[in-house]
Amino acid sequence: MQAIDVSAPKSNVRKGGLKKAADLLEAVMRTLFTVCGFIAVGFVVIITVFLIISGVPAIGEIGIIDFLFGTRWASTAAEPSFGILPFILTSVYGTFGAILVGVPVGILCAVFAAKYANRKMASLTRGLVGLMSGIPSVVYGLIGMIIVVPAVREIFGLPDGANLFSAMIVLSIMILPSVISVSETALRAVPKEYEEASLALGATKTETVFKVTLPAAKSGILTAVVLGIGRAIGEAMAVMMVAGNVANMPGIFQSVRFLTTAVASEMSYSSGLQRQALFSIALVLFAFIMLINLTLNLVVKRSDKKK
Amino acid sequence: MISKNSTYSAKRKVKEKLLKALVFAAAGITGLLIIGVVIYIFFRGLPHVTLGLLASKPSLLNGTVGILPNILNTLYIIFITLLIVLPLGVGAAVYLNEYAKNKKAVRLIELAAETLAGIPSIIYGLVGMLIFVQFCSLETSVLAGSLTLVIMTLPTIIRTTQESLKTVPNGYREGALALGAGKWHMIRTTVLPSAVDGIVTGCILSVGRIVGESAALMFTAGMANEVLGFFEAFTPGNAGSTLAVSLYVYAKERGDFDTAFAIAAILLVLTLLINIGANFAAKKLGKGKDRK
Repeated sequence: MQAIDVSAPKSNVRKGGLKKAADLLEAVMRTLFTVCGFIAVGFVVIITVFLIISGVPAIGEIGIIDFLFGTRWASTAAEPSFGILPFILTSVYGTFGAILVGVPVGILCAVFAAKYANRKMASLTRGLVGLMSGIPSVVYGLIGMIIVVPAVREIFGLPDGANLFSAMIVLSIMILPSVISVSETALRAVPKEYEEASLALGATKTETVFKVTLPAAKSGILTAVVLGIGRAIGEAMAVMMVAGNVANMPGIFQSVRFLTTAVASEMSYSSGLQRQALFSIALVLFAFIMLINLTLNLVVKRSDKKK
Repeated sequence: MISKNSTYSAKRKVKEKLLKALVFAAAGITGLLIIGVVIYIFFRGLPHVTLGLLASKPSLLNGTVGILPNILNTLYIIFITLLIVLPLGVGAAVYLNEYAKNKKAVRLIELAAETLAGIPSIIYGLVGMLIFVQFCSLETSVLAGSLTLVIMTLPTIIRTTQESLKTVPNGYREGALALGAGKWHMIRTTVLPSAVDGIVTGCILSVGRIVGESAALMFTAGMANEVLGFFEAFTPGNAGSTLAVSLYVYAKERGDFDTAFAIAAILLVLTLLINIGANFAAKKLGKGKDRK
């Protein structure tokens, strides 16, 4: 327990200059804390401004329609072409694939941890989920390169296993921890009375969980899904290691490039319009992320209002 | 009627069993998957974690690899980042919890922090490159990388500190003020010491994020493998890759999977330690709440 500093009263005997100095200190500290407080806002503004300033010129030069809906990306060709539709679609498909597998599995895991596991199992689950979310994305990428890619190649008899499908598998594993932990919190927050009422009406435990608890936790689970989408669409390193990294239009067994990897893979050797176009890609990605954040905020706000 | 009812209940039973099996299967598979991954990485990586690897730098002449520079760079970046982000983050949390009276301002700051937390690290890498490497002309350097990570870890520090400030009983504040302490004196001597658990938790979580970060550092801190002195890390122009970045380079660009797995094993051990540390700190934080 913290003791309250008893030396405080002494400073109470302030007279003239001493009081002025103390007031000045208070004013300085107040200003400092206020500046610190608004620094996060400043960072968001700076990031947005820098991305817009460096991303917009190339879009203007290429033309927004050609840029967003062009299907051919050949940044280093003699006659360069900067269409990023392949990257946008790949990011959307890849994220969708990850959600398709990751969300149901994640929700089932959360149901297990919140409703079926005893204390020990629940804390073990929480530990494993914590470990999973702490594992760096390059490690997931390494595992993907060594295990998933060869497995996909063997199972489907492909010349190369580094494709959209492998990326979906790795992404669906990577979004699991956020889906599990957020859904679990949502499931635990459902009032016990709901479940008790359902059980008293003769429903079994499993029926109660799936027909009462899960629907009641809907908004929390929706939050989990949106978070998962954000994580999947923003992942760069792991995807770069397993998706093959060729600017094709997406197909399930095509070697593809995501929005994130398009930026990362050419940045180190790019120049001129090519470099500017990479910033434009980042701007598009940023717009996607802001859209997801906005959705998340709306979902959370709506669920807060309900309470 | 009875027979109809019994078929219905048979259907019910099957459905019930099926759903239950699904739940257990999902949990079991996920659990086995993660344990399998951990064991696999240790199995492939630990045999290659040798003293020679840990204590030397890569040498083309001898044909040896070493990750000493990467270990040092990781430590430097953790140190510099925390040095800068701690005052900023704790200050922001103190402002939000102790000073701010305008609800709209609080909401705006919290919204900004949430936005920062949601931005993917590749964007941080790019913006860090634009701001610190080019605009502030720090060049590709450990310092530029650290500054980028300051922005990235800020929301974590703000959130954990704020959570723990909220658990400091108001009586402490009133007591200090009643004894005649000024507001800053009250914060320094009473509020902050009681919130130390949250600050520590924030630090641990940030270290975890820094250790695992790669996309944000590739273009800001670079991929160099030279051993840097402590003060060199603070000067612009000295590039250096962390463990996670070097893992990527070894795996993807050089195809040296033995070294990559050795680094992965080290990263995994660090992740485990950080998780245990964070849980421990969070438990202490939880106890602080009970104390009220």
